[in-house]
Amino acid sequence: MTQQQPILELKNVTSAYGRIKAIREVSLKVYPGEVVSIIGANGAGKSTTLMSICGVLHPEQGEVWYDGVRIDGLASDLLPARGLCQVPEGRRIFPRLSVEENLDMGAFFRKDAAAIDHDKNRVFQLFPILQERRKQYGGTLSGGEQQMLAMGRALMSRPRLLLLDEPSLGLAPLIVQQIFRIIREINEADGVTVVLVEQNANLALKSSSRGYVLETGNVVMEDSAEALLANPDIRKAYLGE
Amino acid sequence: MTIRVSKLWFGYALAMAWFYVLLWPLLGIKADGLEFGASFAIWSKVAVASAILLGLYQLKKVGAFGFVERPAKVVGKAAGAVAARVPTWVALALVAAVAVAFPFFTERYAHDVAISVLVYIILGLGLNVVVGLAGLLDLGYIAFFGVGAYTYALLSVHFGLSFWLCLPIAGGFAAIAGCIIGYPTLRMRGDYLAIVTLGFGEIVRIVINNWMSLTNGPNGILGIKAPGIYWWNGKGFEHMLLNSLEQLYYIILALAVFTIVAVYRLNHSRIGRAFEAVREDQTAAELMGVDTLRIKLLAYALGAVFGGLAGTFFAARMKFVSPESFTFIESAMVLSMVVLGGMGSIPGVILGAVTLIALPEVFRGFELYRMFVFGGVMAGMMIFRPKGLWPAKRMGARSEERE
Repeated sequence: MTQQQPILELKNVTSAYGRIKAIREVSLKVYPGEVVSIIGANGAGKSTTLMSICGVLHPEQGEVWYDGVRIDGLASDLLPARGLCQVPEGRRIFPRLSVEENLDMGAFFRKDAAAIDHDKNRVFQLFPILQERRKQYGGTLSGGEQQMLAMGRALMSRPRLLLLDEPSLGLAPLIVQQIFRIIREINEADGVTVVLVEQNANLALKSSSRGYVLETGNVVMEDSAEALLANPDIRKAYLGE
Repeated sequence: MTIRVSKLWFGYALAMAWFYVLLWPLLGIKADGLEFGASFAIWSKVAVASAILLGLYQLKKVGAFGFVERPAKVVGKAAGAVAARVPTWVALALVAAVAVAFPFFTERYAHDVAISVLVYIILGLGLNVVVGLAGLLDLGYIAFFGVGAYTYALLSVHFGLSFWLCLPIAGGFAAIAGCIIGYPTLRMRGDYLAIVTLGFGEIVRIVINNWMSLTNGPNGILGIKAPGIYWWNGKGFEHMLLNSLEQLYYIILALAVFTIVAVYRLNHSRIGRAFEAVREDQTAAELMGVDTLRIKLLAYALGAVFGGLAGTFFAARMKFVSPESFTFIESAMVLSMVVLGGMGSIPGVILGAVTLIALPEVFRGFELYRMFVFGGVMAGMMIFRPKGLWPAKRMGARSEERE
């Protein structure tokens, strides 16, 4: 696997909000087919890292390479068509569009109607509840259903690399289990590479092959998921032991 | 019960006292001294009227009107059931038939009012694209109405171009104006956008007012031609101008129908969905691959086109344009229609335009109190129907269409 070209690579990326630097010289690599977790406490710069990848925030320094192309100067709306899609923190579904319209928005840039229908069926297969609720307003769904809708919406763009920002945020444990099961299924059955940003380090690492640990804007550790789970420092800091 | 009753009347007394405090300075303070008679006369009328209303409300609460209410409820339910059975197209055909037959059983004055209602319907629907669908608060919308009106006025007076040719030209000019105004401003969100659009609306009016060599300034432009058509006169086709109000009514009716169909189609299209996505969450829309600036610009330009079309007709109907017709109060009026009717709802906006233009004509006798009533109605709306008279209801409509 290490011989492969990474699908995503960050080289010394520094991003800031005004004068406050949120991440400093973050470097990471993601290879095709992997699930990679980025774990860290509140304010460690996890979401900033994702926003810098997606072009919502343009890095001050450093380079972001996706699929052999440098993307750190590109506008964020150009990326979904290249197969890079983000499920943002807090889900951010469109509350006054129906569930199905939300899904259609995920395929906004696509013109291939037949393939879109196929992908929509796949999303309904992964999340049967969405099919039941497809005529409802997105805003009337429960938190877990909204998370599923946000993931379904992102899948409608037929991503090759999916960035998930805190998918477990504010959800009941049972729902979180279900969400993570689906993340694994998307990865294994559909071959989507996944970058997972999580506070729930235990769950995230158990679903991933590798992990990065962010602390106050710096990558402090990088290892395989098993090794991180076994690391006493990590267990103490993030797993509450 | 007794406690609640006394609370109600206490509130009434307080409200009336407050009302008098507000009313007296307006009517009682005069140059030659203070006066209480006039304000007290009006105040007592209002007080008695509201006391009667309050009494009726209480009787209703107690159930004294049961003998009227129960049968009325049954009748209402039956009527609702019948209405639900009638297919939409029958209702639409009925409305269309009434609209077409309208000039035959009404007076000149009614034609005049109907024409302004239809002009405002077009304006309201155009603004609805910007405010209702794309969620961009535009306080200077009337500028595009002005651009359309002046485009036709100048082309007609100086070059003698016909109304029908100028209609698309004016629409195009308004769209260009929309892009020029929109490009720098649409990067802003929320309140900032509202303030900047307000400023641009005024800039357009002031430019028209001061560009003497082109627009003849505050004197306006006279001698604009009415729309013309070719008509069979027995021997051949003859060009004639449509000057009568009935003929103009049919032209604006056709334009309004065109606008309704266009906005309906837009509402149910992929682009319409993108407008709403940008309104709901701009960042999320961007992450889904929507070029938000372009989509907002498109919404702005499309809204402007309808403003331009309405403006062209306005110039042709009045045969005179001056900057006075394009003041901020007009923008506020059109915006009120959209909000009153229900943002994003086509029947709502139509209802809003009818309410705000036709009702003041019906109550001409109270003209002095027009703004007063207007404010009261708006405040009441916010309490009782915050989503508008006929709120948008199209859950999943666009998805269904694709099946």
